[in-house]
Amino acid sequence: MTQSDFLTIVTPFKDKVFRLAKRLLVSTEEAEDATQEILMKLWKNKKSIKNYNNVEAFSMTMTKNFCYDKLKSKQAQNLKIVHNNYEDTQVALQKQLEVSDSLEWVGKIMNTLPEQQKLIVQLRDIEQYEFKEIAKMLDMNETAIRVNLSRARKTIREQLTNTHNYGIK
Amino acid sequence: MVLNNIEKLLEKYDNGETTLQEEQQLKDYFSQETVAPHLEMYRPMFAYFSKSSKEQFTKQVPLKTKRVIHYKWLSVAAVGVLMFGFFFNSFVNNTDEYTQTEKELAYQQVKESLHFVSKQFNKGTEKVGYLDAIQTASNKVNYLKEFNHPLRRVFNN
Repeated sequence: MTQSDFLTIVTPFKDKVFRLAKRLLVSTEEAEDATQEILMKLWKNKKSIKNYNNVEAFSMTMTKNFCYDKLKSKQAQNLKIVHNNYEDTQVALQKQLEVSDSLEWVGKIMNTLPEQQKLIVQLRDIEQYEFKEIAKMLDMNETAIRVNLSRARKTIREQLTNTHNYGIK
Repeated sequence: MVLNNIEKLLEKYDNGETTLQEEQQLKDYFSQETVAPHLEMYRPMFAYFSKSSKEQFTKQVPLKTKRVIHYKWLSVAAVGVLMFGFFFNSFVNNTDEYTQTEKELAYQQVKESLHFVSKQFNKGTEKVGYLDAIQTASNKVNYLKEFNHPLRRVFNN
């Protein structure tokens, strides 16, 4: 397998791997390192890539496990760098500030969720995977995923409602 | 009507029962400029989801193919070379074109020619034998040294 073959396989989902890593590890740099690590692992085992049923799902599972390991390791407990850089949303300045502020809030709320819920929201609401695929990636059954997802969504909504009404009521 | 529909979808959404298509409908609805005020809190949520899904991994990953040296095969090659060496060596020995008798003949010839050379040498030395006469003569002239003693005696006294 040549480098370009490998890249055509990897390119469709490497951003997803990155976003998942970022969701779990929070810091952009950490997520970049993790993504690189995952891609290097895939490259190292490029001969067996053909044997995987679904490279994408496999990589997502790998990413999840890798990030869990990272979080458990001593290194991660020393220092946490949070980066929240948002681009222009092209709305009026007042609106823009308000929106980016509440967007930031969503990110912050998501960071407070338990890791499993974080993962599920990331995979479902952001990456838009089917429940079946998520079940395969996380090695859980679909009902459990739905329950966790429902809890996470409700938590986000409630927290957002609270912060939204904070200045008003 | 539309709002009613959205509210129903949201309820399903909160219970984690919506399909991807329905979620897309919700996303479309909340990306509009105006949203029903009591559903305002969903807006940043969906905006955040759409935004997050656009983040990209821009770092370049160095993909190098590491050359693995197969020491196993290296040793096989070395053994091959050695075997070839031995084989070639014995091959050269086998192709010696002189037979035993020819070798003896050559030995005899060398011996003869060396014998001849030594004979000629001896002849030469015989001819130079008369030089011995000079030696004996010089011995005989040695008595002239006796002259020295009386002369010394004369000069000393």
